[in-house]
Amino acid sequence: MLVLFGMPVIQLIIFGFAITTEVRNAKIAVLDNSKDEITQLLINRIESTEYFQIERTINNSDQIESAFKSGKIKLAIVFQPNFQNELLHTNKAQIQILSDATDPNQATTLANYVSAVVMDYQNELMELNKIPLTIDTELRMLYNPQLKGAYTSVPGVMGLILLLVSAMMTSISVVREKEFGTMEILLVSPMKPWLVIISKAIPYFILSIVNVATILLLSTTLLDMPIHGSLFLLTLVTVLYILCALSLGLLISTITNSQLASMLISLVGLMLPVVMLSGYAFPIANMPDILQWIANLSPAKWYIIIIKNVMIKGVGPEGIWKETIVLAAMTAVFILISIKRFKIRL
Amino acid sequence: MTNETVIKTEDLTKRFGDFTAVKKISFEVKRGEIFGFLGANGAGKTTAMKMLIGILKPTSGNAKIAGFDIYNQTEQIKKNIGYMSQKFSLYEDLTIMENVQLFAGIYGLSDDEIKQRSSELIHKLNLQNQADKLVESLPLGWKQKLAFSLAIIHNPRIVFLDEPTSGVDPITRRQFWNMIYEAASNGITVFVTTHYMDEAEYCNRITILVDGVIKALDSPAALKEKYNTSSIEDVFVLLARGAKRND
Repeated sequence: MLVLFGMPVIQLIIFGFAITTEVRNAKIAVLDNSKDEITQLLINRIESTEYFQIERTINNSDQIESAFKSGKIKLAIVFQPNFQNELLHTNKAQIQILSDATDPNQATTLANYVSAVVMDYQNELMELNKIPLTIDTELRMLYNPQLKGAYTSVPGVMGLILLLVSAMMTSISVVREKEFGTMEILLVSPMKPWLVIISKAIPYFILSIVNVATILLLSTTLLDMPIHGSLFLLTLVTVLYILCALSLGLLISTITNSQLASMLISLVGLMLPVVMLSGYAFPIANMPDILQWIANLSPAKWYIIIIKNVMIKGVGPEGIWKETIVLAAMTAVFILISIKRFKIRL
Repeated sequence: MTNETVIKTEDLTKRFGDFTAVKKISFEVKRGEIFGFLGANGAGKTTAMKMLIGILKPTSGNAKIAGFDIYNQTEQIKKNIGYMSQKFSLYEDLTIMENVQLFAGIYGLSDDEIKQRSSELIHKLNLQNQADKLVESLPLGWKQKLAFSLAIIHNPRIVFLDEPTSGVDPITRRQFWNMIYEAASNGITVFVTTHYMDEAEYCNRITILVDGVIKALDSPAALKEKYNTSSIEDVFVLLARGAKRND
């Protein structure tokens, strides 16, 4: 009942607020090599839009590079030295826009916002000075120069498939035993309960590994998706994510008693957030706080960040440890709650 | 039946919040005995049984199963008991033979034992021609016999049967009770819950549970004599008249 009445409300809110490809409050860095009046003015204009938030602490190109890698910024603007002089004397000046194209849509949208602001200013100057001025905006799409959609869809699909296969199938198969009453027999048998649970989870673990291998093989051969980082690291975090999903499945199985209910919970509770809130389809940064908060609860969000960092940006362990810890902590919490619920039931 | 006590409970109690499902039940069961647990739905039969087989922790009281304590020796208890639930739980999507081998393995038999016992079991049940069929294709009565045979495949000291005959026709029930007698004569103690009063007559001793409390415990003949009735059903009606729970 709650599901039936609550669903339209939740969907409306999610679709209305979250499901927009418009980007607001994106974190950017500005490297002003000129520090003159015009660059200052442009920076102010860019900042006064609701789209950007400038990270003041980033002041050189090394910092920009590491900020991109850690995902701290989505875009960086670099002014050439002597910007104002060049512009007023040679009628030409250059701005470089670096955009994190691991999410091509977002990268393009953000770059367009910046270009629009710059273009506006250029036109104003032209009208004022009656001379043809050009501010060249040189756009560089980092990590994904060809703006391939696969760069977002592959990590997204991995996050989704693994969560669904592991969590949904595990919960269904455990609940199935409960429904048929065989779980009771297993618990009364000399077999240890944890052994019962592990043996229920192993097939789906293997299945998930096969799925990952297939996805990676297809995406590298068919979609030209690179694996810039270490394959070993990728495998390691994927195994962690699968374990997280399996333990989530066990948790679901301890709170439901029918296959139908566990399937519904898995689909509504897992698939919906993964598709809408994991940052896979729609940027998280411009969702309302409450949805951002909910998005944090989805293991998929963290996994997708890790995968993108490792596969596309080629980041090593130092760049993903935070997300990895979150996943590990989630796994531990899921397992602990499951054990607790399991014992209460007995 | 011998004099060896295999189940002994003292003031066993289970409360769920304010609700006392089983209240201070005490009894003893001897080896090879067929011990019946009678009660209306909701009287606490299943709860009591779940405490004895180690999947439900009692609120208070003590019990020893096959000499092992139900609080901290559940591992040993599980090695010495068999259990058959109301649903005759088998894996419907596996074949008969696969079920037999699976359960034999779960109960910890060695590979040789599994081979030997499973072929014995299939022969005994006369299922040679159907061993490769899925369990879901079996009639209910056969599933029940198979489930019982599996519950005792590892020669447990006690077998617990939770309403083993619900939904089965009288002839099959009769055949089923023959299997129970055979198991008991082999020294397996049978603890059975039922709400069929005629089945109560087949037991060596019965307990009548009303609202979680033991109202009577004796052989069927002695109970009939004591309450001066011709059937256990009358005894039961007499005792259960004051029951408050019913669902």
